[in-house]
Amino acid sequence: METTQSIIRVENLKRTFVVGSEEVHALKGLTFEIKKGEFVSIMGSSGSGKSTLLNILGCLDQPTSGEYYIDNISVRQRTKNELSEIRNRKIGFVFQSYNLLPRTSALENVELPLVYNPLVSHQERREKAQYALEMVGLKDRMGHMPNQLSGGQQQRVAIARALVNDPVIVLADEATGNLDTRTSYEIMSLFQNLHEQGKTIAFVTHESDIAVFTSRTIFLRDGHILRDEQVETKSAEEALKNLPVDNDY
Amino acid sequence: MDILNLIRISGKALLRNKTRSALSMLGIVIGIAAVIAVVNLGEGLKQSTANQLSDMGTNLIMVMRANMRRGGVSMGSGSVQSLKVKDVEMIKANAKNITMVSPLVNASGQLVNGSKNWSGTAYGGSPEFLEIKKYELATGVCFTDEDVKKYAKVGIIGQTIVEELFDEGEDPIGKNIRIGSMPIKVIGTLKEKGENGMGQDQDDIIILPYSTVQKRMLGVDYIQQIVASAASENVAEAAVAEIEQILRESHKIKPDGTDDFEVRTQQEMLEMMNSMTGTITTVLIAIALISLLVGCIGIMNIMYVTVTERTKEIGLRMSIGAKNAAILMQFLTESIILSLIGGIIGLLLGVGLSYIVSLFMSLPFVVNAVWMVISFVSCAILGLIAGFFPALKASQTDPINALRYE
Repeated sequence: METTQSIIRVENLKRTFVVGSEEVHALKGLTFEIKKGEFVSIMGSSGSGKSTLLNILGCLDQPTSGEYYIDNISVRQRTKNELSEIRNRKIGFVFQSYNLLPRTSALENVELPLVYNPLVSHQERREKAQYALEMVGLKDRMGHMPNQLSGGQQQRVAIARALVNDPVIVLADEATGNLDTRTSYEIMSLFQNLHEQGKTIAFVTHESDIAVFTSRTIFLRDGHILRDEQVETKSAEEALKNLPVDNDY
Repeated sequence: MDILNLIRISGKALLRNKTRSALSMLGIVIGIAAVIAVVNLGEGLKQSTANQLSDMGTNLIMVMRANMRRGGVSMGSGSVQSLKVKDVEMIKANAKNITMVSPLVNASGQLVNGSKNWSGTAYGGSPEFLEIKKYELATGVCFTDEDVKKYAKVGIIGQTIVEELFDEGEDPIGKNIRIGSMPIKVIGTLKEKGENGMGQDQDDIIILPYSTVQKRMLGVDYIQQIVASAASENVAEAAVAEIEQILRESHKIKPDGTDDFEVRTQQEMLEMMNSMTGTITTVLIAIALISLLVGCIGIMNIMYVTVTERTKEIGLRMSIGAKNAAILMQFLTESIILSLIGGIIGLLLGVGLSYIVSLFMSLPFVVNAVWMVISFVSCAILGLIAGFFPALKASQTDPINALRYE
């Protein structure tokens, strides 16, 4: 039953912050599941708790209560080092502002997650990074520094970096937030390609016109799930073709 | 994460900021260079003092007349005429640790050869005087015990006097010169010896039999000094004790009486001079160490700036799976690499500097290996200390906040 294998499962997930003497309930008991091969967008306005959720899903933060399983491993009560290892082996991050190391070639940026995995040899690291860059269509830009790349290209390098450790899930945080419409669509098209190749992707955004490119949307409001529904996926490639030409400069 | 990987990551991070890395290294470079240069030069100075002193004689022991007080007034060194030739003979006969001994009487006078003249000092000694004071004959012969007995008017002259009194190419041997009104036949010349530690020209010398100086020039029966050679450096102290014993007996000094003479060894003089240069060297090292400390603080400062500036990088590294320890090690390694490279450059610079300075000051060039090792190790330790707190700060970064840091 490979297609129904659960990648992410959260049960009654709560996260409470203590700010001064007040308790802020950012997440008020979320329960959902992301299965292997899904392309999920997590939507919500600011303050809805989507960043908090993403931090927990990314094992950067721990829930106050509730269970979180990634790849059927419970994340509760893990040490910092164990969480680091889970991030290193199971998760690929894509950030809004790319977060590439400056003055470091695309190839070396992509290699970075594998540097922290002692099981991967130097040779293997290089090969995997090259392959990941090929997947995002930057085969001929491997030696370029981030400042020699356009925003879209930088985000592709970041996506390659997220893919290089072959994670069970790619977590994207407003990955198109810094890009113009055309480049956004290009990136979404890339994500759709990866999805077709079987990657599991969770895409956090507040833009509904980006969410339409995913296959399922979870709406958050005030720490609750407002809606969780399958959506009709629009093709990003189609959308790209329909863009007015004058938008291209 | 293995060490090699760590060094690669840290090295790359440093190379990304070449100017800043170089500048933060500078403090350590200067500090280490200063320490090494001062230590090497101090060592060179010490050796040069030792060389010059040993040049003055072979395991030299000097017996001088004591500084006497009369009615509470110091009469100055050598104010009593307590030393006699008889004392020399007693020492020669009885002291087992003494190989050579000679009286020393000085008299100054005008040296004249035809139309040339030169103001010089005549040194009266026994035939052993040359060897005790490490003089070697260039040409001719030394006077003999027979000459001493006969107050012979013969002398051996140093190169300075050869140059002053004789034409170039002229052979002084067999020529007659005058000291004051007394004619002296030159029977030998000395090899050049140069200046001694006090800047005295050791070649400006004419050596005569001591009896000649005593009887023919001064008309006295005392001598001014006794110079002797101990059998070896190790027995120098025993030799001093022997001489003191012999002279006390010969001068009939009671057990509770004050000596009317003073015995000094070369070793004592060396120690005296070393303690002087040693103090200066220590002070200079202390100053250099302070500059090293400042360099260390410089590295710590830069590391703090680096950690703050690279908050986002730290957050990213953590989010893709770098453990806290890995972050700590990365920044620690950066700091150690900085200080070690700075240290190596400083070492080379310090050695180069001490070499150049020793050339200019005509000191022997000495490299103190112990201090090189000490400096290098302390560099690593300083790097460790300087990097530790910034690295700790980096490793305690919260990745969530760090990723949002602008």
